[in-house]
Amino acid sequence: MRALVARRLLQAVVIVAIAATATFLLVQLAPGDPLGDLVTNPRVPAEVRERLRERWGLDRPVHEQYALYVRNLARGDLGWSFSQSRPVAHALVDALPNTMLLMGVALIGAFVLGVATGVVRAARRGSVADRALGAGTLFFYSMPDFWLAIMAMLVFAYWVPIFPTSGMTTAVIYDYLSPAGKLLDRLRHLVLPATTLVLLLAAIIARYQRAAFLDVATQDFVRTARAKGLTERAVLWRHVLRNALLPVITLLGLALPMLVGGAVFIEHVFAWPGMGRLVVVAIAARDHSLVMAIVILGSVLVTLGSLLADVLYAVADPRLRLHAR
Amino acid sequence: MTAPDSRPPALLTVRDLRTYFRTDAGVARAVDGVSFDVMPRETIGIVGESGCGKSVTSLSIMRLIRPPGTIEAGSRVEFEGRDLLALPEPEMRKIRGNRIAMIFQEPMTSLNPVFTVGEQIAEVARVHANASRKDAWDRAVEMLQLTGIPAPAQRATEYPHQLSGGMRQRVMIAMALVMDPALLIADEPTTALDVTIQAQILELLQQLQERFAMSIILITHDLGVIAEMAQRVLVMYAGEIVEQASVGELFARPHHPYTEGLLAAMPTLGEARSRLAVIPGTVPPPTRWPAGCRFHDRCRYAWERPERDHPPLFEVGPAHWSRCFLAEEPQRRTQAKDASAIAGGSA
Repeated sequence: MRALVARRLLQAVVIVAIAATATFLLVQLAPGDPLGDLVTNPRVPAEVRERLRERWGLDRPVHEQYALYVRNLARGDLGWSFSQSRPVAHALVDALPNTMLLMGVALIGAFVLGVATGVVRAARRGSVADRALGAGTLFFYSMPDFWLAIMAMLVFAYWVPIFPTSGMTTAVIYDYLSPAGKLLDRLRHLVLPATTLVLLLAAIIARYQRAAFLDVATQDFVRTARAKGLTERAVLWRHVLRNALLPVITLLGLALPMLVGGAVFIEHVFAWPGMGRLVVVAIAARDHSLVMAIVILGSVLVTLGSLLADVLYAVADPRLRLHAR
Repeated sequence: MTAPDSRPPALLTVRDLRTYFRTDAGVARAVDGVSFDVMPRETIGIVGESGCGKSVTSLSIMRLIRPPGTIEAGSRVEFEGRDLLALPEPEMRKIRGNRIAMIFQEPMTSLNPVFTVGEQIAEVARVHANASRKDAWDRAVEMLQLTGIPAPAQRATEYPHQLSGGMRQRVMIAMALVMDPALLIADEPTTALDVTIQAQILELLQQLQERFAMSIILITHDLGVIAEMAQRVLVMYAGEIVEQASVGELFARPHHPYTEGLLAAMPTLGEARSRLAVIPGTVPPPTRWPAGCRFHDRCRYAWERPERDHPPLFEVGPAHWSRCFLAEEPQRRTQAKDASAIAGGSA
């Protein structure tokens, strides 16, 4: 197991390096200038512009810029965000907890709801419940996320105004609320974006879970479990589910990057100040350093996510434990 | 057929068992009017080709038939004096794995890959004897020892994939016998195993039968296994019993042409034969059993009567029944043999 983790970590380093390099080149090729307004504004004198280019190394050849970036990165310096006028690290530190809160709640909710829905559908295959849940799952599975977000807003913030439309807190009055009031205010803001995400993700998970469950339910050892005189509940929840969870672990690994990457459209629609919204802002402003930092963080998490999935697999499935040793 | 009054009461009585599957392709009459008894401590063999209803018969006794299969009204299964088909499901569960246990063909896929074999054996004691975790585990280790697995305490902590095929079948047997069942149903228990392992498993079953004083229903397509293990044989074809006799009687005087075919297809040690005899054709799909005698289109003696009429079971000897009109027209057998001898001689 330790060898597996070490090998996969080494792979992760290589993958992250490749992703970072590719992104660096792509950002260079993209139209626009990181100095943005400073370049196009005719009132900025040419020598000021030149000085700025020199200051940030933008006048040097691409390979030198790359070497500089890598050197800074190795020191833990993610660079300066022009669009935010502050270090990239500060922008990330602000956005990251917000996204982790939203995505953490959403992922936990989605896995609980998705697994439960999938199991209920599979256990009562062909019943009214299966078909009704199937229709619901298909609806959310095929909905574009931004559209569902807007609909949620329309219904629960406009027609029936019980939840706020955007942001994490109510402007101005938040600062005057008691600690309990502050918590409640944040929770109210969390409801719509989190619920939207839960429904979208749970629909995917439920489909996987149902298929996996039905697949396992036809296997011989399930018949053995019944022949032992176990109750149907023990057969399904102990013998079938334990095996049917294995494919869902893959989904868990794939979902981990979302925990940090955020959901771009959902965050944008609900004006949630998280990573998803930050990446949109960064790309729109050609903010090289910020884009790079977000991409690197993303690729680190993608590789960690698949590593986590592999480790969980080995924990859940004894057949893999021996090979992994 | 009914047991003579002089015999002790049967452990298991199956009467007119019909198990049908209503599928899109039509009604599959997988088991179609099967009746037999199993006496205490007796081993009864059920033989036949794949698809003739052997496994469905055994799963019906356990009431483990899954939809779209149903056991039809009018079927009766009596075990230890209770009508199993009338029992509520919770009562039936108390019988499964407790009074009637079952082992299957594929010991690899029949064990759950994510639990240790010890856990899987202990589970039976926990369910049926309300045993504590510790007691159930001790019982599991004890059962593994009984089935001849070396280092049972160590083996109990291992997962199925860490054991060989023969050991996995021993685990299945250990699991089946935890509660000292009165009846063990063994569905092709040695088919998936190497020949040398087969012999060991059969011997183990015999030893344990003695020790636990249980009856065995042994399902197999291997008449060699039957000869070694069973006292009585049921030959099944197309969802029906076509012949029933003691092992000695069946091997010495097979009556039904299907049984004849099965025996002829059996390779005999020390007898050089250029090629094995085969029964022409295959078992028809259970949605379309032929009219009349279900074997007539594969039968070397077939004439008009079995094409038209469905034969009942005829008593052709002491405790020997055969579902063939040859019982009433025995001359047709010798005529057909003479004819084929002439044809063979002139060829």
